[in-house]
Amino acid sequence: MSKEPVAVVGVGQTKHVAARHDVSIAGLVREAAQRALDDAALTWSDIDAVVIGKAPDFFEGVMMPELYLADALGAVGKPMLRVHTAGSVGGSTALVASNLVAARVHTTVLTLAFEKQSESNAMWGLSLPVPFTQPLLAGAGGFFAPHVRAYMRRTGAPDTVGSLVAYKDRRNALKNPYAHLHEHDITLEKVQASPMLWDPIRYSETCPSSDGACAMILTDRAGAARAPRPAAWVHGGAMRSEPTLFAGKDFVSPQAGKDCAADVYRQAGIADPRREIDAVEMYVPFSWYEPMWLENLGFAAEGEGWKLTESGVTELDGDLPVNPSGGVLSTNPIGASGMIRFAEAALQVRGEAGEHQVEGARKALGHAYGGGAQFFAMWLVGAEPPTR
Amino acid sequence: MAPTPPARDVAIVAFAQSDHRRRTDELSEVELLMPVLHQVLDATGLKTSDIGFTCSGSSDYLAGRAFSFTMALDGVGAWPPISESHVEMDGAWALYEAWVKILTGEADTALVYGYGKSSPGEVRDVLTRQLDPYYVAPLWPDSVALAALQAQSLIDAGDTDEAALAAVAARSRDSATANPHAQVRGSRPQGDYLVRPLRTGDCPPVGDGAAAVILAAGDRARDLCARPAWIRGMDHRIEAHSLGVRDLTDSPSARMAAERAGAFERPVDTAELHAPFSAQEVVLRKALRLGDDVTVNPSGGVLAANPVMAAGLIRLGEAAARIHRGESDRALAHATSGPCLQQNLVAVLEGES
Repeated sequence: MSKEPVAVVGVGQTKHVAARHDVSIAGLVREAAQRALDDAALTWSDIDAVVIGKAPDFFEGVMMPELYLADALGAVGKPMLRVHTAGSVGGSTALVASNLVAARVHTTVLTLAFEKQSESNAMWGLSLPVPFTQPLLAGAGGFFAPHVRAYMRRTGAPDTVGSLVAYKDRRNALKNPYAHLHEHDITLEKVQASPMLWDPIRYSETCPSSDGACAMILTDRAGAARAPRPAAWVHGGAMRSEPTLFAGKDFVSPQAGKDCAADVYRQAGIADPRREIDAVEMYVPFSWYEPMWLENLGFAAEGEGWKLTESGVTELDGDLPVNPSGGVLSTNPIGASGMIRFAEAALQVRGEAGEHQVEGARKALGHAYGGGAQFFAMWLVGAEPPTR
Repeated sequence: MAPTPPARDVAIVAFAQSDHRRRTDELSEVELLMPVLHQVLDATGLKTSDIGFTCSGSSDYLAGRAFSFTMALDGVGAWPPISESHVEMDGAWALYEAWVKILTGEADTALVYGYGKSSPGEVRDVLTRQLDPYYVAPLWPDSVALAALQAQSLIDAGDTDEAALAAVAARSRDSATANPHAQVRGSRPQGDYLVRPLRTGDCPPVGDGAAAVILAAGDRARDLCARPAWIRGMDHRIEAHSLGVRDLTDSPSARMAAERAGAFERPVDTAELHAPFSAQEVVLRKALRLGDDVTVNPSGGVLAANPVMAAGLIRLGEAAARIHRGESDRALAHATSGPCLQQNLVAVLEGES
């Protein structure tokens, strides 16, 4: 049975900031969606279905906000699905939308993810006390710091690697007009001198809290032929999940991440990701996750990821640029962060990434993860339609 | 442009649900769900590792905590890692996502589940948080009050009256007598007004529960089930959120979903409707063109058991189970979401004769 090839023909983002006091949640999502439609030269009536994602409803205090957002997203009279897979949701949402086109259920789908963190307090949202359940009182940083420590101990990585990633991503963000943090005076010394929050994670090695939305228009082969600008083609996409807590779990390099990447590479016919992939948009909310995921995703052998980072391979002008957009470290509207990774990967292979364009990018990976490093969503996009 | 019809035959091959109860203080959500997952897997002989795709529906707001579905996943036993997703919606939409996944050819089987515990909170209050957060939610109009507006609109339009609503409620509870999982069964008084014109009997019970379904494609479905309930079509549509711009006596989204699902091509013999309030059955019967010869809600429907986030999936499961048992040849299953039937899903299920 053959699937319909899926093309990304429109991408839209808001300028991500700490607080968008000038728009409602509906106004925020509408802005990103309108930009994606403009990019694709389509109108609301060209859209057959809407697939929307965001992280927990407590982050804005609206239960099932797709109901309220139906009008703003032109979904009235159309199907609307709401995906929620924790931090990986932006990626999962794009994949659910992509499947609607691949299965030929719909021809043109608007997919969108958002978070308007200023409406509430994410730390509170993650720390609600529930009887008989351990609350995550330390926030996400407190949960992940021990796993970073385990990585350092396991690989012997020097403790300077994390700051290199943060310094790189914040400089890349300066080239991305939509990025939240634009730290024009950033230096490596400033990153290294920033306060220690959850040892070994420093303040400047953590992601910000952002308001923002990201949207994409996905369509079939005929839709791509009509698009005014180059399309990004989906060559492979997969999700994998594993339990939060169990004795066999490897928090440093979860099996679900390895399996997910392997599935995407199989679909896309990628034998050597390090050589065949030109750009990676990786979900790195804490800087040390770059070397960790380089190994988990098969770009480096086990224990070798930090060496790639240290040698400059992942810089914008390196051999394998990671997070040319500035990544989650520079922009983190949580529910949208995964979709931004997917969308930025698409922009790279469309040649539409502007100042942070990786020259000649033909294949790019978008990656997202969530929960206790247990939910993974990835896609690989290419400048040419898939041949398999 | 009309899409190409589904290229693969997909069926519901197994269904299980909990006994729905007013309170399950002694059970966590995972403990509520586990027996149902085991039942549905046992019915097919499949193990978690045999399943091609898993998808669930639930709500953090019912659970009172973020990422509540992660614990349920631990209950599924997602090891080795599984291909899995989640909708923050009723499990009926999780079934839709799984159906699409199978249509792509990337999976041949899917496990779908939905669950919800309403007992830890006040579900009438909780559901107000679904409303427009700036203009409506601060007023806390609850789900019963909104449904009462809809019921009064129907009465004013001459589409029904209080006696007819009472008959809907009585028939539902009578039908539920034969449903061991139902929470409210047998004949009982219609009760006092809760919010005029709705009486207690016009409103769903508040309860906790879970449900699970297994989907399979083609010959795989025939291997797993003697009489699979083939999904001939499935579609869902949403309407505007604001009640002020909707005709509450009609359900254009349900009608459109039914049309796209092929429901009007031939008559159905059974309909399982997700109508939490008696008056909503009146709206849906009209929109879905269900005649008096159609058996509506033989399970007792949502007026007999309403585990929020599982109730829609149960409609699909109940309709499929009737086909499995040979009690129906062509059934319509419906699920809803949002205030006053804002969003509606329709599936058409058939058994092979």
